[in-house]
Amino acid sequence: MAATKANKEQKYDRQLRLWGDHGQESLENAHVCLINATATGTEILKNLVLPGIGAFTIVDGHIVSGEDVGNNFFLSKNSFILQNRAQAATELLQELNSDVSGNFVEESPDKLLDNDPEFFHRFTIVIGVQLPESTCLRLGSVLWSASVPFLVCKTYGLIGYIRLVVQEHTVIESHPDNALEDLRLDQPFSEFTNHIQSYDLENMEKKDHSHTPWIIVVAKYLDKWLSEHNCQAPKTYREKEAFKLFIREGILKNENGVPEDEENFEEAIKNVNTALNPTKIPSAVEDLFNSQQCSNITSQTPSFWVMLRAVKEFVHNEGNGNLPVRGTIPDMIADSQKFINLQNVYREKAMQDAAAVSKHVEYLLQSVGKSPENIPEKDIKLFCKNASFLRVVRCRSLAEEYNVDSVNKDEIASCMDNPDSEMVFYLMLRAVDRFYQQHSRYPGVYNYQVEEDISRLKLCVNSLLQEYSLNVNIKDDYIHEFCRYGAAEPHTVAAFLGGSAAQEAIKIISHQFVPFNNTFIYNAMSQTSATLHL
Amino acid sequence: VLLISYREKKRRRIEDLTEKMAVDGGHCDISCDWDGRWNHVRKFLERPGPFTHPDFEPSTECRLVKYLLTCKILVIGAGGLGCELLKNLALSGFRLIHVVDMDTIDVSNLNRQFLFRPKDVGRPKAEVAADFINGRIPGCKVVPHFKKIQDFDESFYRQFHIIVCGLDSVIARRWMNGMLISLLSYEDGILDPSSIIPLIDGGTEGFKGNARVILPGMTACIDCTLELYPPQINFPMCTIASMPRLPEHCIEYARILQWPKEKPFGEISLDGDNPEHIQWVFDKAQERAAEFNITGVTYRLTQGVVKRIIPAVASTNAVIAAACATEVFKIATSAYIPLNNYLVFNDVDGLYTYTFEAERKENCSACSQVPQDLQFPPSAKLQEVLEYLTENASLQMKSPAITTTLEGKNKTLYLQSVKSIEERTRPNLCKTLKELGLSDGQELAVADVTTPQTVLFKLNFTT
Repeated sequence: MAATKANKEQKYDRQLRLWGDHGQESLENAHVCLINATATGTEILKNLVLPGIGAFTIVDGHIVSGEDVGNNFFLSKNSFILQNRAQAATELLQELNSDVSGNFVEESPDKLLDNDPEFFHRFTIVIGVQLPESTCLRLGSVLWSASVPFLVCKTYGLIGYIRLVVQEHTVIESHPDNALEDLRLDQPFSEFTNHIQSYDLENMEKKDHSHTPWIIVVAKYLDKWLSEHNCQAPKTYREKEAFKLFIREGILKNENGVPEDEENFEEAIKNVNTALNPTKIPSAVEDLFNSQQCSNITSQTPSFWVMLRAVKEFVHNEGNGNLPVRGTIPDMIADSQKFINLQNVYREKAMQDAAAVSKHVEYLLQSVGKSPENIPEKDIKLFCKNASFLRVVRCRSLAEEYNVDSVNKDEIASCMDNPDSEMVFYLMLRAVDRFYQQHSRYPGVYNYQVEEDISRLKLCVNSLLQEYSLNVNIKDDYIHEFCRYGAAEPHTVAAFLGGSAAQEAIKIISHQFVPFNNTFIYNAMSQTSATLHL
Repeated sequence: VLLISYREKKRRRIEDLTEKMAVDGGHCDISCDWDGRWNHVRKFLERPGPFTHPDFEPSTECRLVKYLLTCKILVIGAGGLGCELLKNLALSGFRLIHVVDMDTIDVSNLNRQFLFRPKDVGRPKAEVAADFINGRIPGCKVVPHFKKIQDFDESFYRQFHIIVCGLDSVIARRWMNGMLISLLSYEDGILDPSSIIPLIDGGTEGFKGNARVILPGMTACIDCTLELYPPQINFPMCTIASMPRLPEHCIEYARILQWPKEKPFGEISLDGDNPEHIQWVFDKAQERAAEFNITGVTYRLTQGVVKRIIPAVASTNAVIAAACATEVFKIATSAYIPLNNYLVFNDVDGLYTYTFEAERKENCSACSQVPQDLQFPPSAKLQEVLEYLTENASLQMKSPAITTTLEGKNKTLYLQSVKSIEERTRPNLCKTLKELGLSDGQELAVADVTTPQTVLFKLNFTT
């Protein structure tokens, strides 16, 4: 057992550095359903099997065809003998990673929806590929009611399409790329004030002076500034420049009056602008505080909202209007002791704040008849550390997107104002779906059909625009192009979607990093993409 | 105009093929193909369309499919990107693919380099990758080369129609870039388009990636945009030696200072792949951290710092390799206008791409054909010139070797890579340019790992 664990740590090392052991654990507990083992489907699944999801089940009623084997890495000549596309793909995908269990159901999703819709309730996420519109909508409705996330993917010629359908997806660890530090220089907490009291910059030895952390330098000079400026912190550009000069004047000079090389002071000056940013709760977090889930805590409420409510209570009490202190500081020029001591001041304050939040969590849980063990200490700590970065993604349902009364006309119309927008491809995919509904086939599959189908597809485009009262124009070139595609699924476009969709699935499973909301279109002709909010 | 060379080259090859077919009796001898195999691809070769490249000529005869069959592609790297590229190219119809990779398979590769299995650990990546693809995709002939790119010369690279890179090193990219530039031929100062070999370059790091199309001599090359690859920042020595604050500082202390001093395993240098070595560094780093009350030293962090590990997942590599392969297909078939010329991808927050045209640098040290300007006073020491070559953001040389011609004879001013020559030429570093006998306008030839050809510099004395 220990050997397997060590081996897994080695194998997954490169990804563990991205989502940690707890992220990996959530993957290993996941059961993913893929509907249709086409090239797009198997490419998505490959990128989930390799990182080690617990299990997958392929639902596919199709028989392996010559063109299937031609563009799909997980079908081979042997697959012709097997015939069953679900089984053939399962075998070759399973072979990628022995940690994963692969299953297949040789059945069309429509049949399953007819006979056993609850079949889909067991999955962590369902990924539907190359599905006709009717199946998509049926499945979407079942999964929405069961709160199972649904990822719809389609490769159509050189266009890729991904749609995420999830009611409410909470993210504690969003891992933002460029997060601002939480230093509280504008609202120093008492332990910090006490700490800087212990520094007397005017009477320090050069060595200490040059190795005092810039945070302390800024705090000290800010103190002086406030006493000389009627407690008004530097706000305007001019004031901040003056403040920087004020700090610069504090740089030690040698016997000849030439300023010494004090990197820590240069760091202080460089960081003035961001250091003086007022501490405030991000509006995204304020919105979450004001949401219904936060106000109404019941015994069914997920931990995310309980913790969020506890943080809100903290903000209004111990926090004096602020979130719990994050507790981290960036590296800076300083000697070890000064840096560690300062770091500990922030760390201890963070621990204190987290403990206060914990009390609120306890109280909330008890008030709905649950024991505090339901939300472990370490989860609360992680939540507090990420309090500024919390995100909740709510996607509209497919029903809302497709319903004439709730279609997002504004988004469609405003995108279509821009001739380069990818929105036109979304509309073409919808038109093509309509064509399929009417003719039980896609346009232009055979060479002789391409020309004839152009006018048929155009009728579908027009009826689509009319039905939704969309006053937009779609150039004939796009209609021609979509007939030309003949519903082809070129491997490289399928592979692009394979990577993109798989990572979105991992975000949903792990609740780390932020998923897109809610429609992604990839154009391989121009190598451009767009995220649309439909 | 940009793709005139491909049109010409392609036309010549298609003519050759048609001739060959006439001799063969005109049938498509693709005996391993089954019915419908290339249906998904053929739609893009056989049908005209409103968005195709102006040069595109659709054909329902098997001419174009055969064209794919004889197009020779070189894939550099058989790792995260390389495995994906080989699959993508094979399933797009390409059959003649060479792959170069100097590495062997490691367990940590298995989370994304899907052509490898636990039993393959230790074997050369290029060979295992080629075997797998050839076995899975009938008719595809991937030829592996368990070699460094520098082991080959122009005669090897010249045979390819398109080269795709899936490298993890900027130095290697620059070398490849330089090699293709050296293949360019100019007649009366005009570039001969048939000497251009397109270079598609992909790179990934965690959840970020990029793909670019380079037409050497015509569009921005790797060195034109060197600022897009900022040099790695190492921790200052004084921090490591006397003022550690982060667990990383403690690890670097053990690696840089303690290891060479204590030589725990004898005269062997630190091997990041040896768990015993990493354990030693980890233990020492923990001791140092304890001394300074620093928390956070873990085995994983230690390994990450020592090996300069970059996190990696299958998904990002899949996306970037897919974009690269799409470009190979476009260029090979003229089906669409290729990417012009740089794609950036990031899926940390949603799915984000950005496409732009990287511009050529007029005085690019790799592709501009003009000698680089070196402005120094005659009193400057050679050391300053050396520092400029390594620290300048547009040059970023690693260990430049400087030679010049004095009194008709070739003279090495400084060379680092050969110990005896380094010792002999080291005193030159403290000499001024004047003392070394160099004059205004003097040409210096600089060799470096970042380029297969020497770079010419012209000394411009300032007052």
